[in-house]
Amino acid sequence: MCAKPIKKEPRQVETTGHQWDGIEEYNNPLPRWWVWVFYATIVWGIGYTIAYPAWPLIKEATPGLLGASTRADVKAEIKAFDDANAAIKERLISADLDAIGADPELAAFASRAGAAVFRTNCSTCHGSGAAGFEGKGYPNLLDNDWLWGGTMEDIHLTITHGIRHNDDSRYSEMPKFGADGILDETQVAQVVEHVLSLSGQEHDAALAAEGATIYLDNCSSCHMEDGSGERALGAPALNDQIWLYGGSRAAVTESVVNARFGVMPNWNERLSEDAIRAVAFYVHGLGGGE
Amino acid sequence: MSDTESPPSLYAAREPVFPRRVKGAFRTMKWWIMAVTLGIYYITPWLRWDRGPALPDQAVLVDLANRRFFFFMIEIWPHEFYFVAGLLIMAGLGLFLFTSAAGRVWCGYACPQTVWTDLFILVERWIEGDRNARLRLHRQKWNGEKVRKRAVKWTVWFLIGLATGGAWIFYFTDAPTLLRDLVTGEAHPVAYTTMLILTLTTFFFGGFAREQICIYACPWPRIQAAMMDEDTLTIAYRDWRGEPRGKQNVAGNGDCIDCMACVNVCPMGIDIRDGQQMACITCGLCIDACNDVMDKIGKPRDLIGYLALTDETRERAGLPPKSVWAHVFRVRTMLYTVLWAGIGIGLIVALFLRSPIDVNVTPVRNPTFVTLADGSIRNAYELRLRNMHGADAEFTLSVTSEAQLDLALEGVEGLTVTVPANQTMSQRVYLTAPAGSNAAEEDRTRVRFWIAEEGTTNRVHHDTLFNGKENRHD
Repeated sequence: MCAKPIKKEPRQVETTGHQWDGIEEYNNPLPRWWVWVFYATIVWGIGYTIAYPAWPLIKEATPGLLGASTRADVKAEIKAFDDANAAIKERLISADLDAIGADPELAAFASRAGAAVFRTNCSTCHGSGAAGFEGKGYPNLLDNDWLWGGTMEDIHLTITHGIRHNDDSRYSEMPKFGADGILDETQVAQVVEHVLSLSGQEHDAALAAEGATIYLDNCSSCHMEDGSGERALGAPALNDQIWLYGGSRAAVTESVVNARFGVMPNWNERLSEDAIRAVAFYVHGLGGGE
Repeated sequence: MSDTESPPSLYAAREPVFPRRVKGAFRTMKWWIMAVTLGIYYITPWLRWDRGPALPDQAVLVDLANRRFFFFMIEIWPHEFYFVAGLLIMAGLGLFLFTSAAGRVWCGYACPQTVWTDLFILVERWIEGDRNARLRLHRQKWNGEKVRKRAVKWTVWFLIGLATGGAWIFYFTDAPTLLRDLVTGEAHPVAYTTMLILTLTTFFFGGFAREQICIYACPWPRIQAAMMDEDTLTIAYRDWRGEPRGKQNVAGNGDCIDCMACVNVCPMGIDIRDGQQMACITCGLCIDACNDVMDKIGKPRDLIGYLALTDETRERAGLPPKSVWAHVFRVRTMLYTVLWAGIGIGLIVALFLRSPIDVNVTPVRNPTFVTLADGSIRNAYELRLRNMHGADAEFTLSVTSEAQLDLALEGVEGLTVTVPANQTMSQRVYLTAPAGSNAAEEDRTRVRFWIAEEGTTNRVHHDTLFNGKENRHD
């Protein structure tokens, strides 16, 4: 032990020479290569703006010498996916419609591809969840009630050619019983009461009894005597709980007076056969498929 | 402000450091740590582990493509990423613990920058000789000898760098296959790029940047300063014993004979006698060097040694230093230990409690329910079943609820589904309430799905809701 501790001189650190209010700034020099690295990044940056799209001009940016384009990259990626899927799309096109579900790989592809096709093309009318718009004439595709049939083949045909859209479309036309004077106001009111009774709704029994005869004469050829409908004609069932344009007295009256004429476009001109098959499989698998 | 003289340069050339060879307890320990850490790093990807035919047989594998992490008997799926997060938190707390107890031990012994630099200096010494020979070589003009020695040294460094970058990529794919592909030139460009980048960074960081990485580039030393206190053990020079430094056996001189051994062995190029400082990574080599000298001149050891700030005042007052354990066991380190162990125990418990069946039932909310032709109300659910076994498994569904609900699966007869080995499957499930029943008319009804694995006693459940007509919010 030293008798008196000796205070060592503190390590001398150079100052920058700057001084503010007596406060000096130490200078601990940075390694010189460090600043050279900084200059190198500037040079790199200049080179980068020459090689790649960089400087914004009025219409677009400078293209860069390397011709890099993210748009072209996306195109190439999409093409790569299309090429990768080419084989399975072929299989989807050649497969028997009812056999798609039995092939797990094909089924997985079809339901995913179909979901994408549906969101892009169908959800505008049928809704993103495929529940349609009740009362507005856009059918709910999740339930077990179908206007034109719910088998794979029926759905495929409906999507391919559409409804009431061109010569190949599924077609039927209900007369405007009220507007064209086929039935007078009283008769319309009577037949509406009968229609309400078919689905077990609250109705005026006396008017309905009168309406039953009118129904038999005018409606039963398409909607059937018991109101079960006819899919070959796209005539909806009137004895169930599902209403395309609403099941209220007012909505049914409107249907009888002015009729309805819902249309769906034919998709064979816009979608490829594999896309149509995929979306048919997707819709079939939403819970209503037959 | 004086602006008459030109300001000093803010940049300076790096002063090269030529650490001298040293022998001693710390050096021996560092050799061992180097052997163990490098051994773990290079050997781990080559360890095999049998997981059946469907899974890779690499013991430690980060399978980025399939988003799986394999660690011996443990398989981490992407939804179990909290295990990785937990391990990272443990690693962080572990560093806090060690730093508050014994200073920058991570920097001095275990940091890859330190370990690889140590290895590079070893190579340098084998090829160019010890400190004095290297100094001479550094100062002499370029001639045949210098070119030869530098070329050999840089080649060996480069090969070490190549092995470092090469070993890294083996952690991400099957090592034997990748090695064959690498050699035959068939490996993915990403593998080559990663290898090249790691080779170059290893070469430059270990060979040329060395201590500058710790001083200028690494944020960790700055953060560590916040974890040290007056009880933290760190390397210090006992200046009250050593000063005034000078010739031995001269009256009034301290124990330090100013032999510069501590400075010459320092890989950071500092003088520990200036006191604990920012650049010191506490590698302990100056302790070895000084003890060697103290033994030779017959003075007590530990003129430089591990001590805490509180020891300084005690020793100056002539008291014995506190024991190491008294420094290490204090509230702060205990707290870090408790947190660290708590997370560790939590992770282990979670690992053993995790169910081999992972089930998720999501009600389809678009729409919340569907009215069927007969007026019954149907809800759809997306059931995700994850089979974490190496074999296909069959799962049978059932449902319990106070309401009478009919259960059906989309596209499947019956209530049993098969999930292939190591796969996740999605199954659409329907519950239907008869027309007019309570469940159909009310807002919500509680339901519980049961999923049982066929042939085992594994059974899990998942609670969710059934939406009735009252659930209409349009």
